[in-house]
Amino acid sequence: MFELRIHGRGGQGVVTAAELLSLAAFIEGVQAQAFPSFGSERMGAPVTAFCRLDARPIRLREPIAEPDAVVVADPTLLHHVNVFGGLRADGYVLVNSSRTLEQLGLAELHGRHAAQRLATVPASEIARAWLGRPIPNSALLGGLVALTRVVKLDSLLAAIGERFSAGAAEGNANAAREAHRRAAAALGEANREAVDA
Amino acid sequence: MPSQLEGSLAVARTVARCRPEVVCAYPITPQTHIVEALSRMVAGGELAPCEFVNVESEFAAMSVAIGASATGARAYTATASQGLLYMAEALFNASGLGLPIVMTVANRAIGAPINIWNDHSDAMALRDCGWVQLYASDNQEAADMHVLAFRLAQECSLPVMVCMDGFVLTHAFEPLEVAEQELVDAYLPRFAPRQALDPDEPVTIGAMVGPEAFTEVRYLAHAKQMDALDAIPALADELADRCGRRSGELLGAYRCADAATVIVALGSVFGTLCEVVDELRAAGRSAGALAVKSFRPFPREELRAALAGASRVIVLERAFSVGVGGIVSADVHAALAGLHVPVHTVIAGLGGRAITRRSLHALVEQACAGTLADPHFLDLDTAVVERELARSRAGGRTGGRPGPHAENILRDLGIVAAGPV
Repeated sequence: MFELRIHGRGGQGVVTAAELLSLAAFIEGVQAQAFPSFGSERMGAPVTAFCRLDARPIRLREPIAEPDAVVVADPTLLHHVNVFGGLRADGYVLVNSSRTLEQLGLAELHGRHAAQRLATVPASEIARAWLGRPIPNSALLGGLVALTRVVKLDSLLAAIGERFSAGAAEGNANAAREAHRRAAAALGEANREAVDA
Repeated sequence: MPSQLEGSLAVARTVARCRPEVVCAYPITPQTHIVEALSRMVAGGELAPCEFVNVESEFAAMSVAIGASATGARAYTATASQGLLYMAEALFNASGLGLPIVMTVANRAIGAPINIWNDHSDAMALRDCGWVQLYASDNQEAADMHVLAFRLAQECSLPVMVCMDGFVLTHAFEPLEVAEQELVDAYLPRFAPRQALDPDEPVTIGAMVGPEAFTEVRYLAHAKQMDALDAIPALADELADRCGRRSGELLGAYRCADAATVIVALGSVFGTLCEVVDELRAAGRSAGALAVKSFRPFPREELRAALAGASRVIVLERAFSVGVGGIVSADVHAALAGLHVPVHTVIAGLGGRAITRRSLHALVEQACAGTLADPHFLDLDTAVVERELARSRAGGRTGGRPGPHAENILRDLGIVAAGPV
């Protein structure tokens, strides 16, 4: 089973992000369950969304306490929420930021996780460019797919096409593609550094 | 073919295929997605003929459903939490009049303290209102149960509540199937009401009944629910034959037959319980899980048969009766009278607190060791409770004001919004 936890704020589309990943997995014939954990529903409030993927039907209904991957849609949450709580030793981290993990004060993650499992991607900027609004969910998923390869990029794009209206789908798909490309390039660099070292 | 759907949408689409003629609703979290989807289907002509009535309150929603059903229309609504309580008087009317209304309850806690998250306090508070209460173990069952509910309601002239856990089920996306229209049409015949208000043939419904006949009318309400105990398994079998999926039975047993420890529960925790049972069995422990899917009527004989071989029973309840303890466990106790099977009452998952595998494993350990309190509150933070009780005692001694419990505890826990104003 692959378990993802997404931390964000109301209005960032993190619940939709979990839904999209579950839909992409469903398209690949994988069993998927996505669900949110709301505070009171309002813009700006911390929201957590979860997604489980598995080869067999998923019966579990508990929140994900020990995720295989954590996505942080809003880095200001780093100071308020224990976003990395329970993250597995071989787990992945993706943070929505134009800065590096070191610049975000997260250098200690490098001590616990391999460089190939850590990434930042400027998802809000990418979304602003393609959608005119800084809703980072599709871009984050593009980055997550580059990082984890938990589903194919094509499946994610198909899920975006299914979930959004035609106009919104195009912008979201482009945002996902660009984030995927940029994250893959950054990870390629990390891979080369690992080989050099 | 399954689609990746939100539980609420699967329910809404299934309800639409049951061809309700009147849907009346007042929005309340976490039920809202269901009636929003239905309102879109009515507005778009996808669900027709059907009148969607926006009402000003839940009391009005149930009153409109009663009026619609009394004229012979198939009526549906959905609610949760305080909304269900606000309907209370009308709920007794609907069942007392024998009107086959179907309602989804997206189970949610009741305030105070205000809380939007899942538990069973709402439906349990209305367990004696004369409605059939079915509890869905998962989203597929929640959807399919509505097809059964409309048929059961018609056959028994009883209103039926389909209870599904708020957020845990209503807001979860999973691969789900919506029963095909042809299948629903074949299973659910046109509504032929046993009573109908019709201007051309005027009748009175809802006469005043005095002591001379009140007991008899009420007895019949009980007798109809006892009939439903026979109808539910038969209708579940027929539905399973038609759609290939089982749902809406009286009980759902998982590895119970030879189990020493059986955990009994209602609703969506059943899936997690099945995982825990597998883990316990893999570790050589004999365990099983039993879902009570029909809580009203209560399948006393079937439950007794299912639990007769157990060495201990743990009843996991998402609500409780303050001053006594368990609600479901009282009925389980009665069903097991004379069998000398110990029954542990465990209150869990209140107000959205997650029920985790870790806590359930610890619970089974404690039950086997005989160290469970009665009732036992799963994952209760006793330090927080003790601190608040000490504050109350100190306040009492000094004549000061210890203040409200909820705000004191939130301050102790460091929840920002609860700071002094």
